[in-house]
Amino acid sequence: MALLKSYLTPDFLIERNKDRCIQCRVCVQQCANEVHYYDDEDGEVYSDEMKCVNCQRCVTLCPTRALVIRSSPNELRKNANWTPEVIRSIYIQAETGGVLLTGMGNDRPYPVYWDHMLLNASQVTNPSIDPLREPMECKTFLGRKPASLVFENGRLKEKIPPQLELDIPVMFSAMSFGSISLNAIKSLARAARQEGTYFNTGEGGLHKELYPYGENCIVQVASGRFGVHSEYLEAGSAVEIKIGQGAKPGIGGHLPGEKVGKEISETRMIPEGTDALSPAPHHDIYSIEDLRQLIFSLKEATGYQKPVGVKIAAVHNVAAIASGIARAGADYIAIDGYRGGTGAAPLRIRDNVGIPVEFALAAVDTRLRNEGIRNEVSLVVAGSIRSSSDVVKAVALGADAVYIASAALLALGCHMCQKCYTGKCNWGIATQDPHLTKRLNPDLGAQRAANLLRGWKHEIQEMLGGMGINALESLRGNRLMLRGIGLTEKELEILGIKAAGE
Amino acid sequence: MKKVYAREEYCTGCGLCQVHCITAHSPYKDNIVKAYKKTFPRPLPRVIVEEQRPVSFALQCRHCEDAPCVKACITGAMQRDPATGVVNNDESRCVGCWTCILVCPHGAVARDERGKKAASKCDMCSGIHEVPACVAGCPNGALEYRGEREKEA
Repeated sequence: MALLKSYLTPDFLIERNKDRCIQCRVCVQQCANEVHYYDDEDGEVYSDEMKCVNCQRCVTLCPTRALVIRSSPNELRKNANWTPEVIRSIYIQAETGGVLLTGMGNDRPYPVYWDHMLLNASQVTNPSIDPLREPMECKTFLGRKPASLVFENGRLKEKIPPQLELDIPVMFSAMSFGSISLNAIKSLARAARQEGTYFNTGEGGLHKELYPYGENCIVQVASGRFGVHSEYLEAGSAVEIKIGQGAKPGIGGHLPGEKVGKEISETRMIPEGTDALSPAPHHDIYSIEDLRQLIFSLKEATGYQKPVGVKIAAVHNVAAIASGIARAGADYIAIDGYRGGTGAAPLRIRDNVGIPVEFALAAVDTRLRNEGIRNEVSLVVAGSIRSSSDVVKAVALGADAVYIASAALLALGCHMCQKCYTGKCNWGIATQDPHLTKRLNPDLGAQRAANLLRGWKHEIQEMLGGMGINALESLRGNRLMLRGIGLTEKELEILGIKAAGE
Repeated sequence: MKKVYAREEYCTGCGLCQVHCITAHSPYKDNIVKAYKKTFPRPLPRVIVEEQRPVSFALQCRHCEDAPCVKACITGAMQRDPATGVVNNDESRCVGCWTCILVCPHGAVARDERGKKAASKCDMCSGIHEVPACVAGCPNGALEYRGEREKEA
């Protein structure tokens, strides 16, 4: 069939300042999408805007700041219902007949509830604390805690179950080797070690070069069971069963065969060049009882020495599900909200499935408390934690810690162009192309990711101090420290917080 | 002595080292646009980016201890600075016989035929910058300025 003429027009306009451009061709060398090209005859660099994804690699590296990329000024006739995105989607599907794919998190203008919550600060009666002069404890432990402390002969009677010790309540979320490059994972692994926290293997197994970072690693067991063997389970500090992902609840993973090179094939334990399909359901889990079996199989496999967690996407009945997971013996539950990122997701799923993690967290924490089992499980929230204030608000709402992924990738250089699924990440992050992966030097990446954590830690300490609290543990679930702004009665009720002014 | 070492595994082949090298050796050391647009003839880059994807690295003079170019130079233009160890070409004495190019085992000397014929090679930015411009301008830490025995970062 002959190709139809495309009705698509460029998304972006590339402006090249001729007075500044020195024809050095750095932009030509750096664009994996081959937007820029040098014309020998004219001795000038030109750009093909049709191919531009606005990753800003050329803009950032241009030594004379000669490039500006803007949204294309071409406008379709104004229509509040048939927006340019909707029309564009239809053109793409009319040309391809395929499912619309996208990368990174939900970018629809749904309310961000973190931004509708304000933190309290101490004033006269209960003085604030200066974190520069007073110790400010940011340490936290993930894992089942005893219901009460019983002492015998002056010693704690109950044996404390295995715990994860975090110097900062922020961990790097699950991103598999395959979805991101080995250099990206190395960067996160080193940063996690440096700052006393954890990174997560995702469903891709643990590359042999990362075994030395096992102490700072949470190993994931997903439906595909990629790379899962006893050594792998032993290598990590905790094991996480992945049921769902915030960006695409109810949808499985798929790493195309062309990305499965030698290293990924060895790590995932699948033949080179084959698609790595992890189905949405685990085919041995159809009930909470089945999940319990897997949890205890993994505990048995690791000699009851490591916490076993379960990661789910935030969906409508998340509180009941979490209660079941807690009762199934999980040591922590990770709840991933609808803004969570991904390397590739069907666009309509990403943008329309799931619920805000703020509500999910509040609902789960409330339910577990009402059932008297909150101590049996730690809560980790994920899905677009953007800043230290989001972390503090999450902890006040009831989280023990948070997972960050998009923020971590941004620290490594990601520019959110949402084209991860093409495998042409110009920043060397979401790609396996050796020409592109070398763009991320893990020495620099680790430094940037660690700097981010350190910056957040300082800010968390400042905010705690401002509230007159000297330990993160004292803020957990302390919803009186939060006030809602611009929220309905019902939203305030679900979040379990008062309105500003109350 | 301190030298520039290429970390091939992190070289992105962007060529910014060449841009910064040209700028550093032009009359406009802090202005890339003027260095390119107002300098005639424009200096050649003294660092050469070799690329055959995915392999790429930036090559420059190794300032060999027993430098063949110094030995081979017929006019004595090619000299090692006894204080710093940097091998430099005195362009006023260079006659463009290209013997240095013939003997250089690294291919790190280039023919600059645009002005007076003179061999163009890395001078480690001696007297220009403390850290060579290519190293300072590399966006990915792919060039390191360090002593021979200093461990790679």
